[in-house]
Amino acid sequence: MDFISILSIFTLACFVGYFVVWAVTPALHTPLMSVTNAISSVIVVGALIASASEGDGLASGLGLGAVVLASINIFGGFSVTARMLAMFKRKERPASTPSPKREGSK
Amino acid sequence: MNLNHAILPSWALLAYLASGVLFILSLRGLSSPNSARVGNRYGIIGMVIAIITTLLTQAPIPPGDWWPRPGPHDLVTLAKILAAIAIGGAIGTITARRIAMTDMPQLVAAFHSLVGLAAVLVGWAAYLNPATFAIIGADGLIDPLSRVEMGLGIAIGAITFSGSLIAFAKLNGNMSGAPILLPLRHVINLGTVAAILGLIGWFTQDQQHWVIAAITAAAFLIGFLLIIPIGGADMPVVVSMLNSYSGWAAAAMGFTLHNTAMIITGALVGSSGAILSYIMCKAMNRSFISVIAGGFGAEAGSGGEEARTDRPWKRGSAEDAAFLLSEAEQVIIIPGYGMAVAQAQHVLREMADRLKAEGVRVKYAIHPVAGRMPGHMNVLLAEANVPYEDVFELEDINSEFAQTDVAFIIGANDVVNPAAKTDPSSPIYGMPVFDVEKAKTIMFIKRSMGGVGYAGVDNDVFYMDQTMMLLADAKKMVEDIVKALQH
Repeated sequence: MDFISILSIFTLACFVGYFVVWAVTPALHTPLMSVTNAISSVIVVGALIASASEGDGLASGLGLGAVVLASINIFGGFSVTARMLAMFKRKERPASTPSPKREGSK
Repeated sequence: MNLNHAILPSWALLAYLASGVLFILSLRGLSSPNSARVGNRYGIIGMVIAIITTLLTQAPIPPGDWWPRPGPHDLVTLAKILAAIAIGGAIGTITARRIAMTDMPQLVAAFHSLVGLAAVLVGWAAYLNPATFAIIGADGLIDPLSRVEMGLGIAIGAITFSGSLIAFAKLNGNMSGAPILLPLRHVINLGTVAAILGLIGWFTQDQQHWVIAAITAAAFLIGFLLIIPIGGADMPVVVSMLNSYSGWAAAAMGFTLHNTAMIITGALVGSSGAILSYIMCKAMNRSFISVIAGGFGAEAGSGGEEARTDRPWKRGSAEDAAFLLSEAEQVIIIPGYGMAVAQAQHVLREMADRLKAEGVRVKYAIHPVAGRMPGHMNVLLAEANVPYEDVFELEDINSEFAQTDVAFIIGANDVVNPAAKTDPSSPIYGMPVFDVEKAKTIMFIKRSMGGVGYAGVDNDVFYMDQTMMLLADAKKMVEDIVKALQH
């Protein structure tokens, strides 16, 4: 891929990002930050290539270090997002849900 | 350019594109709480695809004609990589499970710093071993365009790292939230930024170690210098801004590696952080430049102190409050960060449940800057099992105060201060605030009459005829109201 194709992808992705992010409901702005954090760790791709590189021990060592850092973020970011989103499940309201249902089923 | 990216099989290129699309869908899911959980899963799938594709085609296993053929050496490397992922994964998962929701801003700041540092490490690895990354030009040196991308990636990564560390220390209380103002700081900052750009220019001509080391060091320094003058009240903007930087760092690395997934993700995260910064600035009526310039909150208390004379105010008891609340038709609760500090959200929800059982309409009104990061208060209420249908944003609920019997303010202050609408000399003038003064009764929970809000300004709401000051610890007061409601 030449530089211009890459720049085109980048520019269009910025516009996609602009519209997608404005559509995010303000109530979910914190999960938005934690999930963007997790996906920006796709930088792990570069870290993997570096850690498998040969010929320069320092380069592969730095790569492995970056794999550890990015993995903290990937696992941490996605699981903390999942934890938060689980709290936003539609709640059954204890006050307005009386008991007859339970009696009927048994 | 004779770069090696053409030798990647087409399925690998398509896989990277697919993971980029899945990342877009994961953000798209956040447009509603119902679709958000599925969205998060799309993100995970996208990440798994990106990692497996890389392992099978670029590292450690070299691409075959149509399917990879690993040698024994490749398998050893693979084992090391999997161990690194396991270590990072364990640390990340345990941290994410244990973190308290009140500490989310610190966690996000810490995560940003890791992305930044990872970008610096990858950039350095690419510099030390350019052949692996296939960025060597015909002359045997690193391709000049790749050097610019690499230099920018390292610089942005380093700024993200050191800036996020300072933001973390300020949010976590390891460092005072008060701005630290160096003399001539604007000159120093602009000089350092100019130096970084100059060094990147130099780097295209001369790829010696000292140039890239100097870029890294100067960028670490500017990240630190940029965040220390910014006060605690502006931290939501800072966290959003660093979110944006971590995205641009990933995008710059994507340019170096010619990787579609990284470029798409970088652009998404970069715009996301930028939009959140814009929303936060607008909610405080502050310009982005003035936040970055720093110093807000430095003179806290000095202006308000003299203005506070012995104006009369009324104190109420938990029993009075309980009576008025149970008689109300509609109550709007305005929570602020003080509620989270007092850990009052659970008992607050219990109070709301009791009121609802008595036929009172209860709504929650959230100001965009109510927490320490965008959307923080919504998460804290969701954790306390407040149904999200009861939670409203500023612009959606502000017209309802005139038909509201009780505005119940707990742990908030500046966001209900009418001075923002009436007093051009106030530091918070122009900030959008709740029209609580239109409600029939205002209940204001506050520890004492002494303290003032983040911005350090007195609040006329304290002294209004319809205001009842409930002076106590927020959690204790709401517990007492719940007890009184039981009678």
